[in-house]
Amino acid sequence: MATLDSKIPSGPLADKWRKHKVDIKLVNPANKRKYEVIVVGAGLAGSSAASSLADMGYKVKCFVFHDSPRRAHSIAAQGGINAAKNYQNDGDSVYRLFYDTIKGGDYRAREANVHRLAEVSANIIDQCVAQGVPFAREYGGLLANRSFGGAQVSRTFYARGQTGQQLLLGAYSALSRTVGQGLVELHTNSEMLDLVVVNGHAKGVIIRDLVTGAITRHTADAVILATGGYGNVFNLSTYARQSNATAIWRAYKRGACMANPCYTQIHPTCIPVSGDYQSKLTLMSESLRNDGRIWAPKKKDDAKKDPNTISEADRDYFLERLYPSFGNLAPRDIASRAAKRVCDEGRGAGASGLGVYLDFSDAIRRLGENGVRERYGNLFDIYHEITAESGYKTPMRIYPAVHYTMGGLWVDYNLMSNVPGLFVLGEANFSDHGANRLGASALMQGLADGYFVIPYTVGDYLAGQKAGSRPSIDAAEFKAAEENVTGMSKRFLGTKGKQPVSHFHKRLGKIMWDHCGMARTKEGLESALQKLPALREEFHATVNVPGSGDTLNQSLEQAGRVADFIELGELMCRDALTREESCGGHFREEHQYPDGECKRDDEKYGHVAAWEFQGLDKAPVRNVEALNYEFVKMSVRNYK
Amino acid sequence: MTLRVWRQAGPKALGQFKDYAAKDLNSNMSFLEMLDVVNDELTLKGEVPIAFAHDCREGICGTCSLTINGKPHGPGKGIATCQTYMRSFHDGDIIVVEPFRAAAFPLIKDLVVDRTSFDKIMQAGGFITARAGSAPEANAAPVPKGVSDLAMDAAQCIGCGACVAACKNASAMLFVSAKVGHLGLLPQGQAERDRRVLAMVHTMDEEGFGNCTNQYECSAACPKTISHDFIARMNRDYLGATLRSAFQPEAASSDGGGA
Amino acid sequence: MNLVGSFFGSSIGRKIIMALTGVILIGFVVGHLVGNLQIFQHPDHINGYAQFLHQLGPLLWVARIGLIAAALLHIWAATVLTLENKRARGGDYGFKHTIQATFASRAMRWTGVIVLAFLVYHLAHFTLGVVQTETFKETAPLNHYVMQNDYRVAGFTVVKAGTDVANVHSMVILGFQHKVVALFYIVAVGLLSLHLLHGFNSLFQSLGLRNAKWSWLLHKAALALCVVYFLGNLAIPGAVLAGKLRPQTAKVAATAQR
Repeated sequence: MATLDSKIPSGPLADKWRKHKVDIKLVNPANKRKYEVIVVGAGLAGSSAASSLADMGYKVKCFVFHDSPRRAHSIAAQGGINAAKNYQNDGDSVYRLFYDTIKGGDYRAREANVHRLAEVSANIIDQCVAQGVPFAREYGGLLANRSFGGAQVSRTFYARGQTGQQLLLGAYSALSRTVGQGLVELHTNSEMLDLVVVNGHAKGVIIRDLVTGAITRHTADAVILATGGYGNVFNLSTYARQSNATAIWRAYKRGACMANPCYTQIHPTCIPVSGDYQSKLTLMSESLRNDGRIWAPKKKDDAKKDPNTISEADRDYFLERLYPSFGNLAPRDIASRAAKRVCDEGRGAGASGLGVYLDFSDAIRRLGENGVRERYGNLFDIYHEITAESGYKTPMRIYPAVHYTMGGLWVDYNLMSNVPGLFVLGEANFSDHGANRLGASALMQGLADGYFVIPYTVGDYLAGQKAGSRPSIDAAEFKAAEENVTGMSKRFLGTKGKQPVSHFHKRLGKIMWDHCGMARTKEGLESALQKLPALREEFHATVNVPGSGDTLNQSLEQAGRVADFIELGELMCRDALTREESCGGHFREEHQYPDGECKRDDEKYGHVAAWEFQGLDKAPVRNVEALNYEFVKMSVRNYK
Repeated sequence: MTLRVWRQAGPKALGQFKDYAAKDLNSNMSFLEMLDVVNDELTLKGEVPIAFAHDCREGICGTCSLTINGKPHGPGKGIATCQTYMRSFHDGDIIVVEPFRAAAFPLIKDLVVDRTSFDKIMQAGGFITARAGSAPEANAAPVPKGVSDLAMDAAQCIGCGACVAACKNASAMLFVSAKVGHLGLLPQGQAERDRRVLAMVHTMDEEGFGNCTNQYECSAACPKTISHDFIARMNRDYLGATLRSAFQPEAASSDGGGA
Repeated sequence: MNLVGSFFGSSIGRKIIMALTGVILIGFVVGHLVGNLQIFQHPDHINGYAQFLHQLGPLLWVARIGLIAAALLHIWAATVLTLENKRARGGDYGFKHTIQATFASRAMRWTGVIVLAFLVYHLAHFTLGVVQTETFKETAPLNHYVMQNDYRVAGFTVVKAGTDVANVHSMVILGFQHKVVALFYIVAVGLLSLHLLHGFNSLFQSLGLRNAKWSWLLHKAALALCVVYFLGNLAIPGAVLAGKLRPQTAKVAATAQR
């Protein structure tokens, strides 16, 4: 059994972080350069962490599987980033951002972590503006805000529909600067394939160069994973095609606990699936819900009709009807499930019946077509490119899609996992969003972790490690880890079966979406737990990975990732099955109120489930970290 | 449809075009999804699939490249290859698919090229030095909306390299000028403005990119339609920075010292 | 990098050299045309003008050396940039396609080279007199001309009436009476106009003065300049070929004056 000590500082909520910063140990400036830190991943969290630690004086090595750090999928976030600046004078505060996030997460996040996140949110905006992030501004030259789901204040900062891009490029510029100064050693096209644990501490990684196939060992005093989420378990998602769980999954297999893997976010406004060949679902920013109204036909017979011919009286604006105070800006999990229910009733739009309308005709009447174009033009263009339909003329069709994973490696308040020396940042950890993430909070978390949390907390760990004590890469643990990696590659290349990797990924995605998607049942999850081990076996027996391991081989890369996804999918189903309640992104049909809302069981499940690997053929251990709510009362989430 | 694809096993291998029949296509399929289908068929037949770079598939990460019928990112305007749909082509078409070609983008395999040279340019000066913790209050310095919007136009660059691929001189001027323009327009970027443009242009030259001959193929191929006006702005900045660095007095010492 | 290094060693620096020398050369060809158009006036004008330029002595050489330097720098920068660009391009595309680059811009290299060849011929023809020597101002039968009236520049008399000067007027006309020479000249100035069309547009971009707000105007101005320049240049051999301009002796000209 792993020990899960959350290390939450004592004292009043608002003082915890301040107090902790005073209490934790420091490494003196002259000693910092004697410590080497490995950062895996270079999205918002990874880039900001690597550059910040390098600026402090640590020696940093950063590994990224992309050809450039700027490709990380943080780049695709559209809508914005929250911060408790209260520039709108509408009553925002650190406490309100904290409260909205805790409530949005359906009371399954840690209070102390979320409060810290809200506290540093304002610093993030300052930092990004100083780096030259061109946030939207008002005519007076000051920063503009928009509103986002799950909040009744306007606290979202944005850069057109490309906020994630601009924030990532800001972090990338800081990383580039430190690389140029020789403070960070950057390795691109370098995928982490194993974690090296020496005497119980994370002390290195095994890397495969994706271009040459070379496998190398890298030692360090601490390892930071900032490798993003695992939504591609579902195959079809809004994730980038290459987004993967390999780094966190291999760390899990080396002893790091995986927390709440079943918490997956389904985003309500994505472009519906159009065929089997599809590789990707495209998100339409939540910001569209500021002005667009979501509806479905009242009558089943109208479902296949041209929406423009359906009269106002026959339209059901179901979010406005069900959640009058938040209306179309209800949180993502709530809005997604409402759309699913409508489609399950047979009222879904489009050929597949899996879609509801997002209608801008009211907004066009109010603002004019140009007014709408000014706010959302690029999103309407995206919709038009993909569907060849104009959102100005006909209502857009949207359907929920997998978008984010709240679960991830378990970390304490210092963002360190149960394996000492292994830190996990951003979407890769589980800490801040509970069972559901609010819009514009992922960017906030990634940058908070990288710029303002890890620079303090990594020092606390390193101060306890003797400078220069990191192991040599000739240590037995490095050799074993490298052999594990080369063995896996050999096995994939040697199978010489028939089917391409994508075949198994599609099948995995279907099993997961059907049984562990927006609505989950005991029977469904149990059947998935039958199917997945069989799929895993079939995969290893019949996959065809052409080519060799000593050149660029995208099939080989994909094989490793899909193998991990299949195993992780199994753990997600196991987690979903054992969590006998509904909360946020985890909806068990057995546990719902008569109106279809989530029915939590705080008594039995007001905790974090952190799974511990025991070997592939053994059931993992479910460790529990109780969520002791001291300041907020866990209550029924109400957006009505 | 016939695909005529550039196949090259490695940087030193000899490359050549190879034809593939693409069947059972759907007009709602993206170009990359079509390649996925072709690759799955190749794998089923036991052949090595076509290597091509891709990731987000929504036109923002800048990973996808491909020169389709001679135009980087295919026939559309203001979109990347991943946003190109098969409805842009007709039955019976021969589609020629090549990598982005430029000496500064050495080929890795098939359609994948190495764009590290872009990162090197950014590392030379594509930033504002502002370490975490040192930033002033965000609203302390207003930025006129027009200036901020113009900076955003430039900042949209996705670093894909289409500008280089489209330029007959393989010049990186649009890419470099977008970053020089973005940061140089903002008040925060003024302190390092001269250093930035000199350093970035120097590295651009070192990396072996060509020169601008003002044909503007770059902005026409740019998936974010970044204007070549930023190139003019960079030229002006470079001229100013060169003159200032030659004639402005320098402090005798820039060190700290003291007890 | 120092100042010289920045200008001569960097890509943008060389573009700036290209643009600045281009400004000088455009100034020259336009001025040259304006001077030459005096051929449509009384022979006193063009002959007096030529005499005036010769009288400048060292100043003329300063201008000539300046122009030669500008032309050499222009050619040097173009050559270096071209070689670098070829190297930067690496491999060629199997499928060649141009999105929107203008014909003028794509033709710069060969219009430049042909114009250079023409320039050599032109100098040999009208300045040095080593080709078509039978028409040259100092060797041809109509080689001398006596000024009928004073030639004035900015109100100052610079060539007095009665001065015996070289007969440029007849040299040009006799030269262009050869159809091949006239046609070569017309084609060459046509290509030069095309070269200027892109060059004039381009220099504003290279010096950082162009932007989308007024580039439409710049483009129109460039086009107008080139058309007028071409027509102006076409007019001289055109008029000769059409028989509108005939060589005149001093005497004939004097009669015509009255």
